[in-house]
Amino acid sequence: MNAAKTREKVAFYILGLAALLVMVPIVMTILYIVKNGIGAVSWQFITESPRNGMEEGGIFPAIVGTILLIIGTMLFSLPPGVFSAIYLVEYAKDNTFTRLIKLSVVNLSGIPSVVYGLFGFTLFVVFLRLGTSILAGSLTLAIMSLPVIITATKEALETVPASFREISLSLGATKWQTVRYCVLPYALPGILTGTVLSLSRAAGETAPILFTVAAFYLPRLPRSVFDQVMALPYHLYVISTQVPNMPMKRSFATAFVLIALVFLMNLVSIILRAHFRKKKQW
Amino acid sequence: MVAETIIKTVNLNSYFGSAQVLKNLNLTIYKNEILGIIGPANSGKTTFLRALNRLNYLDAAYSQDGQIFLAGQDITNLSDTILRKKIGIIFALPQVLPVSIYDNVAYGPKVHGITNKQAVASVVENALKKAYLWDEVKDRLALPAPKLSGGQQQRLCIARTLAVEPDVILYDEPCSGLDPISTAKVEDAMQQLKENYTQILVTNNTKQAARVSERCAFFLMGELIEIDETSALFTRPKDKRTDDYVSGRFG
Repeated sequence: MNAAKTREKVAFYILGLAALLVMVPIVMTILYIVKNGIGAVSWQFITESPRNGMEEGGIFPAIVGTILLIIGTMLFSLPPGVFSAIYLVEYAKDNTFTRLIKLSVVNLSGIPSVVYGLFGFTLFVVFLRLGTSILAGSLTLAIMSLPVIITATKEALETVPASFREISLSLGATKWQTVRYCVLPYALPGILTGTVLSLSRAAGETAPILFTVAAFYLPRLPRSVFDQVMALPYHLYVISTQVPNMPMKRSFATAFVLIALVFLMNLVSIILRAHFRKKKQW
Repeated sequence: MVAETIIKTVNLNSYFGSAQVLKNLNLTIYKNEILGIIGPANSGKTTFLRALNRLNYLDAAYSQDGQIFLAGQDITNLSDTILRKKIGIIFALPQVLPVSIYDNVAYGPKVHGITNKQAVASVVENALKKAYLWDEVKDRLALPAPKLSGGQQQRLCIARTLAVEPDVILYDEPCSGLDPISTAKVEDAMQQLKENYTQILVTNNTKQAARVSERCAFFLMGELIEIDETSALFTRPKDKRTDDYVSGRFG
């Protein structure tokens, strides 16, 4: 009996320690960036364009660029992602065709982001002649975001009890009415989580925007979707490695802003999710 | 009793994959009767019910042959939406949607295109009254339906089905999860609905079939063994297997 108790204790501490260890890198990273970067973050830094070889001024164009890319990515990835997941879960029969689609989704998520960058460059920038532009960058990031959105939406739809669909269909509702009123509302929190997760990742990616949209130095705001923009992750890469004598605190401040932006997105999704959860009653 | 046929099945065979679940079923159901269907587990009772409004086809492995007629019309000529509007079903466990009492009942009329708020409200009120639930919930229609008791939820399901104004109501062991008092209330509601609806009651509870139904069918292993006036089926069954089942020797 005593031996069992000891083992229970050992198990408890090992498992607890492992869980604690998970927190260490995330806390350290955030603390380190905040400690080194917060000093350089000021109103000016956030709202002004870079000056004097990017050593002075702010990163406003890069912030705007990243926000525009997030919006563009969302526009291009959310509808096809959510719609195709609905098709796969609610409509598609199990056959070779749908299995091929599912296989594509899985494989799409395994492709390295730099390959997406190259693909986006050849397809959107060169072949479709969109040039290095917000449009080309958003489309490239959208393709990269699709698998996560599709998978998350699929899982969210699958957790909605089958009985909801049966009730609705048994009352003579059409398939679409059933999906629209008895399935989607309850899958929404899960869809939201997946979407924000994949958009956060897209916001921080460098490789896919490298050839498709990102500008090395462009201290003005874009005028159309065919313009290049600066973007936070690429700007971070540039000032950390490509510009000699750049003060380190500017890199950390840029990283801090990027993390804050992603955190803000997650916060919005948490609030929305809590709002939808209140409605969940099963 | 004027025996006007409302549902007729002709040589109905049902399969899930390669397993045959219903065997050559020929059954006639009369308008405004309560037909009880009894039989042990796996005798095809539920499959028969769900064949009538094509819910079986939600399972991709399902197939059937033979014909089903509703009021003289082959149901293959009716769309799923129309058919299921005409033939409603009450499931074994109370299945309410996680929305308010009102919205549960209003869902059917809404998907069938009733948009006028007052029209929906009066449909909801009538349906709840017919299901004997109105007095218990009229002051709290905005309450989430899952907060009701099991018996109330099942009557809410009946109201929800009534709200789309069906001709036939199928009950798939509607009281299997309910206490005796709730069961009695559901049975009362069924008796009152007799005037306007044809009702088919699948039940594992032979006593319930004896109490509620006018005619009763005994299913065994996917076959219709016997169908007769309920009193006759229970007191003078023609088939030995029926006799064994209703007297509790097996099943």
